[in-house]
Amino acid sequence: MVLAFLELAQGEFTDLSLQMLTLAGDIANQMNTGVQGVLVGMKERTAAGDVSAYGISKLHVIEHEDLADYAPAAWAHGVLQLMDILDPKVVIAAGSDRGNELLARVGVRSDLPVAANCIAARAHEGLQVTRVRWGGSLLEEAGLHVFPALLTVMPHMLVPVQPGSIESETDIIIFNPTLSEDDFRVRLVAREPAGEGVSLTNAPVVVSGGRGVGSAEGFESLETVARQLGAAVGCSRAVTNNGWRPHSDQVGQTGAQISPDLYVACGISGAIQHMAGCRGAKHILVVNTDPEAPILQRADYAVIGDLHEVLPALSAEIEKLRRQ
Amino acid sequence: MLAEDAREIITRNLGFAISPHEECAVEAAVQLVEQHGGTTTVLTMGEPAAVDQLRFAISMGVDEAILIETDGVDRDAAATSAAIVDTIRVEQSGDAPFDVLLFGNESADAGNYQVGLRVAHALNLPCVAGIKALQIHADGTAVAKREVPEGWEVYELVLPAVFTVKEGINLPRYPLLRGRLAAKKKEIKIYPAPERGDAGLEMMAFKNPPETASQVQILGEGPSAAPVVAALLQKLGVV
Repeated sequence: MVLAFLELAQGEFTDLSLQMLTLAGDIANQMNTGVQGVLVGMKERTAAGDVSAYGISKLHVIEHEDLADYAPAAWAHGVLQLMDILDPKVVIAAGSDRGNELLARVGVRSDLPVAANCIAARAHEGLQVTRVRWGGSLLEEAGLHVFPALLTVMPHMLVPVQPGSIESETDIIIFNPTLSEDDFRVRLVAREPAGEGVSLTNAPVVVSGGRGVGSAEGFESLETVARQLGAAVGCSRAVTNNGWRPHSDQVGQTGAQISPDLYVACGISGAIQHMAGCRGAKHILVVNTDPEAPILQRADYAVIGDLHEVLPALSAEIEKLRRQ
Repeated sequence: MLAEDAREIITRNLGFAISPHEECAVEAAVQLVEQHGGTTTVLTMGEPAAVDQLRFAISMGVDEAILIETDGVDRDAAATSAAIVDTIRVEQSGDAPFDVLLFGNESADAGNYQVGLRVAHALNLPCVAGIKALQIHADGTAVAKREVPEGWEVYELVLPAVFTVKEGINLPRYPLLRGRLAAKKKEIKIYPAPERGDAGLEMMAFKNPPETASQVQILGEGPSAAPVVAALLQKLGVV
């Protein structure tokens, strides 16, 4: 059995969870077995909905009075206790912050290896995985020779699993783990809201600038277009290194990994580490003076020109359209 | 470029640098000592040439440096962590245990997301992963923050503790020439890496990702392309 760690946001499975289920289903098929899901938390039972449409026959919900909010060691301990009962061949999670941390903690406590950033797997002498290295510059073929095989899935490389027809209701099974004080040495004590403005992670459109913007002030023309489109402003690592924008705006391997409907990349050359942050975008529009810039390889649309001239002209055109 | 057997990368023409998250971890360590006193030690595991990166960290303000020296072949995350744990145990066997252990959240090359967590577990220390803010208080407690889409998660814990750091926690300083010259003279402690055993995660081969043909549609040149772009934005439903 393949046990899939699922994550919810606003009561729905995250897109990364659905991408992960694509690989989970593929592995289960190869092993002639099924996928069961696991959720952690007190509110998840009602939020779970019917997951049989995603090919999940049984959904385990780990509930404990102290699991109202995130406590990573306790979550991992709960999952480990469930694994002891279910004896899964594979435990798989999305390559989100939580997915990577949870599986790392499960691997540590059970002394098992973990393969992170996987995009494919073959059931052969255990599990052979293909994982992404150096942010995507290279792929690695690696072997996990002991069961259960633990792996996380590289974000935005696989298509999300499509809901099928609901043939039978999912069996929801509540599991109450035994947790101790030791499991709560690290726990979330408070939340602080994000700053003003459109959130980079959830924005449908992101207008992003790179070295070509030239200065902090140079972002004004990007801000204007972003305001007109209800978009968030992003940037490349060169920009944060120069102190032009805060790191929270950074898109890339060591920044945010986003999947907007449209990513407008202005003055960004498109190093692989940057593309690791925006490859989930449905469409990429480039504004760049260099027709040979690597980002054009990954773009859908491009304007060859100086962003400081193109963006103000674009703002004026958008304004015209809105007045019509 | 890959070696013929596809199990190695030919690094002859490549430059090496500290991974971004780790460079921020070094900066965070230096800042903590600037604020609270004490000393910092930087540690890495790798081939002899990795002393260059250790010297860079010293020039940023780190006091001591340790290299766990390998033959250049990477270990998996479990073996790497075990070697680091052994070294930490030796280093703090005297009267000066570490109060704070900082790691990068994940390395830029291997991206395993687990070395810091494995070390914390072996040393029975609490660990907060992926932090972008850290404050240490005089009473020996720490407040660490993680950035999430909705804002920030705040964690409190008691030192000693392990933190894995994400880029953005600070903007690492660029060392002055004077510091870089002084770092050249600093003695670096060398520990031999343990023999390689069977890897839990066995690296079998590297390969290049498939080439994708460019599908780009050039909309025009310069500001005169603006009407075409605006029409596209309308077609995509974003205007």
